[in-house]
Amino acid sequence: MEQKELLDRMDFSQSFAEQLRACSEYPLYAQAIETLQTNITRRCNLCCRHCHVEASPQRTEEMSRPDMEACLKVAAHPEIKTMDITGGAPEMHPHLAWFLREAALMKKRILVRSNAAILLEKQFGQFLDIYAETGVEVVVSLPNLNRERTERMRGPDVFEKIIGALRELNSRGYGKKDTGLVLDLVHNPVGAFLPGSQLALESDYRNQLLRDYGLVFNRLYCLINFPIGRYLDFLRSSGNLDEYFRLLKESFNSAAVGSVMCRTTLSVAPDGRLFDCDFNQVLDLSLSGETPVHIRDFDYETLARREIVVRGHCYSCTAGAGSSCQGVLEQ
Amino acid sequence: MSQQYYETKDLQDFSSIDEFAHEQGKKFFDYYTSSTSSGKLTEREKALIALAVATVRHCPYCIDAYTNKCLSLGVGNDEMMEAIHVGAAMVAGDTLAHATQMRKIVKRKEM
Repeated sequence: MEQKELLDRMDFSQSFAEQLRACSEYPLYAQAIETLQTNITRRCNLCCRHCHVEASPQRTEEMSRPDMEACLKVAAHPEIKTMDITGGAPEMHPHLAWFLREAALMKKRILVRSNAAILLEKQFGQFLDIYAETGVEVVVSLPNLNRERTERMRGPDVFEKIIGALRELNSRGYGKKDTGLVLDLVHNPVGAFLPGSQLALESDYRNQLLRDYGLVFNRLYCLINFPIGRYLDFLRSSGNLDEYFRLLKESFNSAAVGSVMCRTTLSVAPDGRLFDCDFNQVLDLSLSGETPVHIRDFDYETLARREIVVRGHCYSCTAGAGSSCQGVLEQ
Repeated sequence: MSQQYYETKDLQDFSSIDEFAHEQGKKFFDYYTSSTSSGKLTEREKALIALAVATVRHCPYCIDAYTNKCLSLGVGNDEMMEAIHVGAAMVAGDTLAHATQMRKIVKRKEM
């Protein structure tokens, strides 16, 4: 059964809409576009078990150069403050170096989401210097401080590679005071549960990485795993699907609704199509209403006021302290 | 009516235990929240203590809640098991310490 169909059948979509209605937020509308999130490739050197886009070395989808140019043009809009580059492994896109250098000229906040392990591969090691040269923020996924847990999620020998890449980034000034080079980490639960307090986990990450490896970083983002892609497959095969959705629903926090990221973010797929978020992109939930659907047809005024398409998986953004690509919504 | 004494979904009823005695219930929850939140001890340390107590007290709801909380806070499986061994050792020690009563009685009574 298709994932979208399965999620629809679970009846959490209606319930999420009702939750929004109860807090006078339905329909949910965008408020602005402050972040342009560009998913430039589905290719990845890893094949992580929680990956909602199901990236892997076998995937071939990647953004065309003209669509990347269109993204840069759109990101120059004065209301857009941040360009968030993700994948797959962005490093595997043949035009990433050019894209970063062009983006850096805008003097905006540019961040790249890297699995870090790839930075130790000879072919991609150049990005350590390109990141430092362009001053982009680097966001590295390190699901757990425990080697065995991280490798259960991301594959064998990955933990050591991430540590090695973080060491290289630190040596270039990333994560260190007064360098302006920002290194953030991402924590994901390795299993069918929600992340704990971001403050408590950040403190543990900071202490343990410094003590055991001499590593520093700026912030830790705790992300809730979305019941989509490979993570949905895991939930189904392990018999945790219903319980996980119940947990998300029971953890609904109306205070998080006001700041869910789709209200200020626009997501661009590798084929240039526009979505409310990376998750709707994977589920192929197109934008609603009479809005432009492709980056080359971007129109700020229409898109910044669009109605957001919500379904049951949206509970992942409103559970507990809330979740976004930049961690919890409330401390 | 449910046929089970212990059902997973009953854990969700915990927040309603102030029903019929709201004032006392509220006081309990204030105390519970304050006691289990970070203070001089971290949230992580308190979660491990709570897990050890939960197993000693054989409370399925608390074991469920605090295993999940420990996982959420990145506590290692080996750390959780060590905490449970502390509980087990305390129970064993507590049992053996009570042998003193038996030994005292034996020594008083036997010829």
